[in-house]
Amino acid sequence: MTRPAGDRSAEDRVAEAWQALATVLDPEVPALSVCDLGIVREVRLPGDGAALEIVLTPTYSGCPATEVIEHDVLAAIDAAGLGPARVRLQRAPAWTTDWISEEGRRKLREYGIAPPGPVSGEVAVPLRFVGGRRSASKVACPRCASEDTERISAFGATACKAMYRCRSCREPFEHFKPI
Amino acid sequence: MQSSIELRRDPAVQYVLRIGDTCLILGQRLAEWCGHAPVLEEDIAMANMALDLVGQARALLTHAGHLDGQGLDEDRLAFLRDERDYCNLTLVELPRGDFAFTVVRNTMVATLLKLLWERLAVSADAELSGIAGKAVKEARYHQQHSADWVVRLGDGTAQSRARTEAAVARAWRYTPEMFDSDAVDDAAHASGLGPRWSELREPWLAEMTLVLQEAILPLPPASAFRSTGKFGRHSEHMGFLLTEMQYLQRAFPGAVW
Repeated sequence: MTRPAGDRSAEDRVAEAWQALATVLDPEVPALSVCDLGIVREVRLPGDGAALEIVLTPTYSGCPATEVIEHDVLAAIDAAGLGPARVRLQRAPAWTTDWISEEGRRKLREYGIAPPGPVSGEVAVPLRFVGGRRSASKVACPRCASEDTERISAFGATACKAMYRCRSCREPFEHFKPI
Repeated sequence: MQSSIELRRDPAVQYVLRIGDTCLILGQRLAEWCGHAPVLEEDIAMANMALDLVGQARALLTHAGHLDGQGLDEDRLAFLRDERDYCNLTLVELPRGDFAFTVVRNTMVATLLKLLWERLAVSADAELSGIAGKAVKEARYHQQHSADWVVRLGDGTAQSRARTEAAVARAWRYTPEMFDSDAVDDAAHASGLGPRWSELREPWLAEMTLVLQEAILPLPPASAFRSTGKFGRHSEHMGFLLTEMQYLQRAFPGAVW
């Protein structure tokens, strides 16, 4: 049984909202919650304290999951009796895979997706060509941890992932691209 | 039949539309490859890049609608503007061509957009700088991926090389338009909205030269030909593209999924 939102202090309501959001899964990578992914930037009670404001940042400009996530977030807040709430989309500062939590990276690996490396190293070199220095950023196989892997496609089932193959265990896997 | 809308002739609106329309029309052309690419991986890659471009276009058209101040949303801007009110580069409206032309065009446009986004990230317009901060990351991937293919095809078989060289020669004629600056650019420069596109010419040429050298392809000679799509005067292909893209909203106004 959930209490009406009015019975809680503002701090409790925000803290419970964070707990509720930790149960909302990303529809494209359902191993991760929206909190693991780092797209929930802020939860606050502005002004008169009636409606919770949840600040989300989109991952990619064209990510088709953005609207579903918005809907799921509001549904989770409602189900926890924490409403009313509204979602505000905030583009800046731009989302980066560096915001994926340690917990999120572990979950990705267990799910069979190699987590992204740090972004900083990726943007330093403007262009790297096939057969060039790409080997500098090695992606470890999420199954056997071997670094003897090769990229087979720069884009996977979603824009955020690339397809790789492990030369050691011979299994294909997805890599969450650093962005 | 839904009638057309018209925007105010405001330089800031025009500046944002040139970028937004270029993203939208290239996204439309790339989406034509869906289900037709030479290999599955590229089919997926092009659909993904098209999705990024359409996502960027949505944000930019929404913003152009705000700047215009008539309460027009992204859908009305995309589906109810006439050809002459579109400000995309002519290069992106050309038919999709073969795979070589597609990767050459993608490389040229992604390189331009990447350089533009980098500069727009510090725009005096907070909304535009927010859009740019996100889009620049996507453009980097598009540029890298497309440039990889230009190198692979240019430095490939006699057949792939001949077709890539022909594609570069064909697309190159449309590059002067990218760097033709006018009063819209001057106003953007003065207000801090963004750079004059003419400022992008040197860095663009430097990165394209790197790609072509790696692909062992010659840098095409400069051409006297001038295209004018970003000023609203398009090639003969634009009307056909818009006819297909706008058909549903024109015939069934306000239709939704």
